Order: sequence, then C-alpha cells, then structure tokens
Amino acid sequence: MRWLLLKDLQILKRSPLLTALLVIYPIVLAVLIGFAVSRGPEKPKIAFLNQIEAEQGLELDREGGFSQSEAFEELCRRVDCVTVADRDEAISKVEEGEVLAALILPEDFLDKLQAQLTGAGLESAEIEVYVNEDDPVKARLVDDRIKSLITEANLVLSDEISAQLLTYLDVLVEGGEFSVPLLGEFDVLGLERTQQILTAIKQDLNGPQRQVVDQVIQFAELAGDNLAFADELLGSVRQPIAVQKEVVSGDVPPLDTFAVSVAIAITLMFVTVLLVAGSLALEREENTFARLTRGLVSRSALLVEKIALGTVCSVVVALVLLGVLELFVNLRWERLPMILAAIVMTGAGFAAMGSAIGVAAREVRASALAAFALTLPIAFLSLIPTGTISEGLYDVIRVVTGAFPFRPSLDALSAGLSDAGDLPLNLAHLALLTLAYFAIARVALRRFA
Amino acid sequence: MPGTSTPKPRTRRKSEPALAAEGLSKSYGERAALRDVGFEAARGELLAVLGPNGAGKTTMLAILAGIRDPDAGSFETPGGEIGWVPQQAALYRRLTVAENLKLFARLEGADDPDATVEAMLEQTGLAERRDDQVSTLSGGNQQRINIAIGLLAEPSVLLLDEPSAGLDPAQRIKLWEFVSSLAKGGTTVVYSTHQIEEATHYGDRLLVLADGEKLFEGTFPALRRQAGARPKGQSADPDPEADFVRFLQKKGH
Repeated sequence: MRWLLLKDLQILKRSPLLTALLVIYPIVLAVLIGFAVSRGPEKPKIAFLNQIEAEQGLELDREGGFSQSEAFEELCRRVDCVTVADRDEAISKVEEGEVLAALILPEDFLDKLQAQLTGAGLESAEIEVYVNEDDPVKARLVDDRIKSLITEANLVLSDEISAQLLTYLDVLVEGGEFSVPLLGEFDVLGLERTQQILTAIKQDLNGPQRQVVDQVIQFAELAGDNLAFADELLGSVRQPIAVQKEVVSGDVPPLDTFAVSVAIAITLMFVTVLLVAGSLALEREENTFARLTRGLVSRSALLVEKIALGTVCSVVVALVLLGVLELFVNLRWERLPMILAAIVMTGAGFAAMGSAIGVAAREVRASALAAFALTLPIAFLSLIPTGTISEGLYDVIRVVTGAFPFRPSLDALSAGLSDAGDLPLNLAHLALLTLAYFAIARVALRRFA
Repeated sequence: MPGTSTPKPRTRRKSEPALAAEGLSKSYGERAALRDVGFEAARGELLAVLGPNGAGKTTMLAILAGIRDPDAGSFETPGGEIGWVPQQAALYRRLTVAENLKLFARLEGADDPDATVEAMLEQTGLAERRDDQVSTLSGGNQQRINIAIGLLAEPSVLLLDEPSAGLDPAQRIKLWEFVSSLAKGGTTVVYSTHQIEEATHYGDRLLVLADGEKLFEGTFPALRRQAGARPKGQSADPDPEADFVRFLQKKGH
C-alpha cells in the first residue's frame, strides 16, 4: 500500500493545479480569516457638518460641563468623519456614494439642549441625517450605526440632566444657592433647615398651634427622606433595563477559535473530498483499477490507501493553515495532541466521503461536480445557529448534517483548539462516519471497473 | 498494416497445453455474453481470438484474466501465471515510463524492482525514454509499456485485448514484432482482434467467436476450407476477409 501512496504523492507533485490548490488555497484562506478575526470592522465614512458656533458649549452646573469639541472627538472615534463646508456638499457626497451618510448639527442644536437642561424649553434638539439607500445592506449599516450613536448621546445627556436634577433636589433637601437662568441666584432654605427651625419654634408653642407645627415638621422630615431616594430612582429611570447574563448551557468556543475551526473544516472539506474522489476516479479513467485489483491490491486496501492519502494531505494542509493563522490569532499549541487528533479524524472523515463520491461518480469531472454539489449545502446547513429557525426544522437539519463529516469536524476542531465541546464524542462520530463511508464505497466498488 | 500474403500455418502445439479452458459461460442479465466456450493454447503459441463486435472476446479474456468470474466453466494454466494487458493502456500518465514499471514491479513483488525495470526497458526498446512521462509517449509506445507491465510477473500466458486498437500502421507493425518475439521466447499469447488480417498474419491458430459461441478453433486454411469455395466470378487472389465473412455466413452469422 505504501507504494501506491508514494505513487499518488508523485502524481500530486506533478499536478500543478492540484498542488496549487493544496498549498495556496489554505494560505489564502488563512490570511483572509486571520485578517477578519484580528481586525475590527472598518469605520463607516460619514460627512459631518457642524453649524454650531465654535465656542458654544453646554453649560452645566456641575464641574466640567459638556464640551462641544470633546463630543465631536468621541463621535469621530466611532466613525470616519469627513468634514464638509455646507449642506449641499454633504448631500452631494452622500448621493455620489463618497460617504454612507451625512450628519448635520444645526446651529440651534445646543440652544435647544440647554433649554431642556434648564427647563426653559421642552423642544427636542434635532440632528439632520441624510442617507443613500441604494444599497439595502449599507442603508441598514448606517441606520444601525447612527441609531447607536444617538442612543449613546441621549444616554450621556440623560446622565447630565439627571445630575442637574439631583443638584436641584439636594438644594431642596439641604438648602443652599440656587441659580435660575435670566432670574439670577436665590438662597433656598431647604427641608432640613426648615425642620430644624420649626423644631426650635415648637418649644415655645402650646395647644393647637404646637400640633400644627408638628404636622409641618413631620411633612418636612418625610419629604426630605423620600427625596433622598431620588438618586436611585433617577438611576433606574435612566437605565430601566439591566442585563444580567449567565451561561447555563452551550460550551461555546471563543469567536476567533470558531473562525479558525470553520476555516480548517471548509478547507479540508474541499481539498480532501476533491482529492480522494478525483484520485479514485482517476484509477478508473486511466484503466489502472482493473490492473491493480487483479491480484496486486485488494479493493479494500485500495480504499484504505486513498483514505490514508486524504488524511496525510489533510494534516499537511491544516498545519500550513494553522501556521499562517498563528500570525493573527494566538493558538494554544499546548493542545497540539488534541488539535492533531481532530485534524486526523476530520481528514479521515472527509477522505472516506470522498472515496464514496469518487466510486459513485466514476469519472474525475463528475466526481468534482458531485463533491461540490454535496458538500457545499451541507456546510451551509451545518452553520445554521440554533434558534434562528423552527425547532422541528432545526432537528431535521441536525440529523441530516450529522450524516456528513462537516459538523462533527467543526465541533471536533473547536474542541481541539479550545476546551469547549466534547472532543472524544466528536472524534467517535467522525470515526463512525469514516467506517460508514468506507463501507458504502466498498460496496459501490463492485461496479466500479 | 499486416501483410496481405497468404499466411503460412505455424504449428507449435505441444502435448501439454499452456492454457486449457472448458465450458466457459457468462451472462449479463438476460444476455448471454459467452456460451460454453472451450479451447487450448500451446506454449509459445499465438492464438488469435477473432470475431465481430459483441462476439464475447473481451468477456472471455476478462474471465481468463480473473477480472470477471464465469457463471460456468473453468480453465487452467499448468505452466504458471496469466498476464493480462487491457485494451486501453492501463498506465499512470503523469508518471514516467520507469516509474510505472517500478511501481508495478514492486506491487508484483519483484525481488529486485530496479533490475526488472532495466530488463523491461531493454525488452521494449524504450530505455532512452525511461524518464519521459507516459502522457508524452505515442500510442504505440504506451502499448509497449502496457504489455511490458503485463509481463512483469513473467507469466507463461499473456492475454492481449485488441492490442493494436487505435495504433497507426507503423506502430502496429512494431507492436506485432514485439509480441511475436515474446511468443518466440516461449510465452503463450492469446490476443483478441476483429481484424481478420491481423489474426491470420500473426496468429498461429484462430479461435472464432460470434454471439458468445465458439464457431471455430484451428488454422486459417482449415477455416477457409470450412468456408467453402468462392462463388464463381470472384477474384482468385488471397482475400482472408472475404473468406472469413463467407465462413460466418455459412455458420449463420
């Protein structure tokens, strides 16, 4: 069998297209996946027109206030700001597709905000947004990004308004200086001081007058105590929904590990299935199958040799892929034995499936077509996450994809690369599939010559 | 092309046949591809299995080669193994001539694969092209390698399934010179063909099949006698093809 394996490797070496497929494809895929998992999403380009006066800010009672320049710096950290001179230029850039959207802050924006903060006005401050919705995907992206920015801005302003209100409440409870725009400053007595004064006066009163003062003292005490809860109350109003996340099931691998697993599984699926299916079909096309199986090699041994070929190539290709991915992602090389076990069984599973396809298709081109037609939909189905479709349909898909090596390979590789998932179970699943596809190929081989 | 002169009958039959088959039958579903066929071939004999397309020639050779099992009948080769050469070259086209020979020599379990390869390259006259990929060889040279691989196990009987199919006349002549040299060396060669001239010119004896039945086994002059006299008015020049057609017609085919 080793001579046949050597022969197949020699043939592989002399097939430039196949060699390129085996070497270049995983490297290119690894680089792309590496960039994808190691770099964040690109910032969307947004035209930004600020019509507010340069020096104008938002005046707040508390220290620091709300600086216009700081807010814009924060905004431009989140998006790629393209400064424009006027509204026409902003709209033109959106129309021509130079930017995804234009954001215009009208000159009265901060005045309206200030009015809300001081209670001098209730009119909402408006931001003008211009978007080009020719591309529904881009439109969705821009909508999401702008909504997110506005929500965050509202949250920041809500904080500021809450802080301002708390300042007022503190003055009401404790007393002190109180400033009202246009009207000037007032000295407020405060509930606590009112209570103290009334308690002192009460000593000199008798009868019904003392009872009335007692009622006022009780009211001042009650009001003071209740207003002290305002801080927590305003906090809960600002963020009424709090999230407490706890994972109760689903041993999920990190996202970059999952991306690496997908890259390896897809690469090995194509490379190994195509290689083994094509190699077996080639034995028939070159008329060597009948010569080999006429006493030189048993049919089972020939199948084992092809599966071994696929497995060897899988290990080489996967290691090349991992080597390149190491440049982008920190792989846990201390788990190499587990990673290798997953790769070997993945290779064997795909190779066995490839052998069944090669025997059934009988011709190299037909086997390549069959390999693509069979593996691609299975890969897509295997990547459908739970909860995105109905439970019944998901169960059916699980059963169907469980009959092919892609899903258990993905799970085994994820479990090998991290400690998420059940590695032995998935390796056993792959071993079972390898035997099943071997048996199918062996039966079909009777009609192969 | 083979010569058109009247072939001389050559008889090399010895007392013990190198290959003896008896009652070989094979059906594919309802269709009987071979019906109760038996024959013998002597050591060093060139036996041409002749017949029209669908006569059962390839099926019979496949049974003798061990590729297909017969439904009935048996055969034996007292002198040793049977070598088989398929109709189309069964070679790895991306490997070189020497690599192909060495691979099959190893699979055949040759004691010294390198020496076997050298011997075969010498025998086929392709030593100079040993490092050429098979895909770059002519059809005739590919067929030589194809036959050489069939000879690696040093068989006493060599089965050739339409060995000259697809070859040009010059390549055919070279091929038959090579095959004839094998027979002279003592190898029994059983080859199938549907060309009467190739059968009569190179074959010592003929085995004629039609619709899976054996119609004749013997020399060409004997077949011609069975075919009977030519109709009046036909040329008296040697015409094996006309004689063969007349024979088939007489047998009802």
